[in-house]
Amino acid sequence: MLDLLLRRLLVGIPTLLVIITVAFFMIRLAPGGPFDKERAVTPEVERNLLKAYDLDQPLLTQYGRYLTGVLQGDFGPSYKYHDFTVGELLRAGFPASVKLGSLALLLAIVIGVSLGAMGALYQNTGRDYAVMTLAMTGITIPTFVMAPLLTLIFGIYLAWLPVAGWGEGGWRHLLLPVVALALPQIAYIARLTRGSMIEVLNANYIRTARAKGLAERIVIGRHALKGALLPVVSYLGPTTANLVTGSVVIETIFGIPGIGRYFVQSALNRDYTMVMGTVVVYAVLILLLNLLVDLLYNLLDPKVQQR
Amino acid sequence: MSLALPDGSEQLLAIEGRSLWQDAWRRLLRNKAAIVAMILLAIIAAMAVLAPWLSPHPYDEIYWERIQAPPDFANQHWFGTDGNGRDLFVRTLYGARVSLMVGILATGVSLLIGVLYGATAGFLGGRIDSLMMRFVDFMYSMPFMFFVILLMVVFGRNIFLIFVALGAVEWLTMARIVRGQTLSVKRRDFIEAAHAAGVRKRKIITRHIIPNVLGPVIVYMTLTIPQVILTESFLSFLGLGVQEPLTSWGVLIAEGAQQMESAPWMLIFPASFLAVTLFCFNFLGDGLRDALDPKDR
Amino acid sequence: MPPLLAVQGLGIRFATPDGEVVAADQVDLTLAAGESLGIVGESGSGKTQLVLAMLGLLAKNGRATGSVRFQGEEILNLPAAALNRVRGVKIAMIFQDPMTSLNPYLKIRRQMTEVLVAHRGLDEPAARARCIALLEQVGIPDAARRIELYPHEFSGGMRQRVMIAIALLCQPDLLIADEPTTALDVTVQAQILDLLARLRAELGMALLLITHDLGVIAGACERVAVMYGGRIVEEAPIDALFAAPAHPYSRGLLGSMPRLDLAQPGELAAIPGQPPNLQALPAGCVYRPRCTFAFERCRSERPDLRAMLPDRRKACHLEHLP
Repeated sequence: MLDLLLRRLLVGIPTLLVIITVAFFMIRLAPGGPFDKERAVTPEVERNLLKAYDLDQPLLTQYGRYLTGVLQGDFGPSYKYHDFTVGELLRAGFPASVKLGSLALLLAIVIGVSLGAMGALYQNTGRDYAVMTLAMTGITIPTFVMAPLLTLIFGIYLAWLPVAGWGEGGWRHLLLPVVALALPQIAYIARLTRGSMIEVLNANYIRTARAKGLAERIVIGRHALKGALLPVVSYLGPTTANLVTGSVVIETIFGIPGIGRYFVQSALNRDYTMVMGTVVVYAVLILLLNLLVDLLYNLLDPKVQQR
Repeated sequence: MSLALPDGSEQLLAIEGRSLWQDAWRRLLRNKAAIVAMILLAIIAAMAVLAPWLSPHPYDEIYWERIQAPPDFANQHWFGTDGNGRDLFVRTLYGARVSLMVGILATGVSLLIGVLYGATAGFLGGRIDSLMMRFVDFMYSMPFMFFVILLMVVFGRNIFLIFVALGAVEWLTMARIVRGQTLSVKRRDFIEAAHAAGVRKRKIITRHIIPNVLGPVIVYMTLTIPQVILTESFLSFLGLGVQEPLTSWGVLIAEGAQQMESAPWMLIFPASFLAVTLFCFNFLGDGLRDALDPKDR
Repeated sequence: MPPLLAVQGLGIRFATPDGEVVAADQVDLTLAAGESLGIVGESGSGKTQLVLAMLGLLAKNGRATGSVRFQGEEILNLPAAALNRVRGVKIAMIFQDPMTSLNPYLKIRRQMTEVLVAHRGLDEPAARARCIALLEQVGIPDAARRIELYPHEFSGGMRQRVMIAIALLCQPDLLIADEPTTALDVTVQAQILDLLARLRAELGMALLLITHDLGVIAGACERVAVMYGGRIVEEAPIDALFAAPAHPYSRGLLGSMPRLDLAQPGELAAIPGQPPNLQALPAGCVYRPRCTFAFERCRSERPDLRAMLPDRRKACHLEHLP
């Protein structure tokens, strides 16, 4: 277990380094500086600004300074919001994003697995077709269509829930964004669970379990579920990445003060340091979650444990 | 569905390349969802190509007197007009052009890279293979969406860049599939027989490996196209996709979402086109997979 | 007293996209308590589906018709809850492939004790002790430690021993073994067959052994039924069949078997032709297309399985093989 953890970290750290490096040089290669949109400044002011943002140094020095800064959690000042550092902005947005994302992940796993298992157990019946139709809908209707549609129905026509905003993260404000964010992942997980469950139910060891005269409840719950869930666990890595990506859209549509919305705003504003800071935070997040998924998989599969 | 009766006919089919394809085609034609999907896709594609002749309105003409007008048959604005007074029907079809083109071209890019990479790794095998696949694993752990966004931010919005970037993201899975398929085909008896009979490597690849790898690749391609269309729409929705006056479904949906209270048609029409297209590609992909993978019958 | 097992007119059909497949048709069999019967046939002859149908283990697209009585009670097509009072308790089964027949995600202990917990109401510690004792009985050394391992940590032969131990947990009246040695190395095969014979003698249970290998049956069974194309074509005491096969297919099977006990080095005779297509069985005798003695009647009329002697039956229009 510890061995695996170390090996993963050994891969993860260079990955992160590559991400930071690529992002850094890409942005420095970009045409135009951070102040293009503002009115002309005197050469002296510009010099001071460049100095303040470290842009008067050679590129490699800048890179070195940025790297040491990032390691200490300092992503530099925002190009756009001159009074804030990127770190401050990210910290302000983090709680809302984490709340949104983790609730959506939970919903996706619980609902997705239940629906998928139901589809497999009632294969080729009405319930199965209902699950498959729902899954297909969830997969094909993108988040950025589903979210406005849900708002239109529940926020405007029925007026049950607030149209947008965060309101301190109460459940009424959370419900629509969490559902809209989780829906495509529910669909993927349901399809995956259904497929692997059907495969497992046809496995020889399930036949053995039935031949042993075990109750169907035990055959499914003890013998089938574990094997069927393994592909789902290994898909959780991409799921979290998709949730992170989706949260960018959801936060924008619902006006949730998370890092996703900052990311879009800063991308449109060419707030380079902010964009970079977000990319790095997202990368760390995705790498960490992938590590977690690996450990979980390791716990579940006795064959992997051995190695 | 599994049937417990052993049956040698599948192996025979794998060797007889032509009857495999005929068989698959027959099975596909029996799948009603896939047929409907193909027909709908053909209609949407035809509409996209023929867009300028289907409507009297140019896609960038602004009608000042009819801004955000609801669907109206008298003026031949079948889908109404957008916030700038442009005809939504023709804009939706022009959006289809962009979305479909990006989908197909980016998938082409991913196909090219993925097949070359995967087949090379699978065919060479050994250390080169494990090194090449290690690289793919490494790339997988990158948050690519953000790099694409970064690219858009840094180099400006550019439709060419979009499909290169998307293709570069999607090739990873393609490479994995092709490699896995190549490996399993390579180990099959008839390839070894060909080796033993002294058939040249190049001939083995073109005659035996490529036809056998083709099935899963076609299936994956059909499923990649909607994926790319979706990603492009996502970028466009965020304001990072194609630029005015050109449009894509993502741009139209973004505009529609902002006006959904006052002008729901601006959201509903492009969103339905996008959803139907994605549905069709997915159904077609599933149908193809069922048709080409007899063990899943 | 009714026989232990009585199968009458058992038919098995599978619905497939390419049409109906008949896996077994009008199969009759009886088995007395403590008796051993072998069922031999090529793959696709329906012998495995036969026993799966008895225990309600057919694939979803399969349907069984007819009657299977166990200790006088009908068990065919019973709902799972009712079947579970029989299977695993009075009838136990071991499968062909010990690699895939054990659950790879559960420890051996769990896969064993759950049987005793379900059928005998034992608690976990008591069940565990009983399982260890049984593992030792089937020849697994160091069972107390090994019971905590996962299946992949055992060799193929050891896994089959575990399967046998699981089957014997409730001391069944009938053990069904479906190709128990086919997936194993030759030396291990002999060990497993010896083990089965020894356990049968010790426990006095009946054995239904299914295999494609007449040699396996010769060592382990008193009687043999030969299956072809989903039908029983001959049934006889094992010695009688070896001495004088009455059906052309049985003779072909014997002829294709290497015999070490016969001095003259004869050639092995393969049976010409292909196994029957179960989607389109011929009218008349199923073996007719491959039979060297076929005549006009074989084409039109299906031969019934009829008694020749009190203990021998065959399904052939010929009175005697030439």
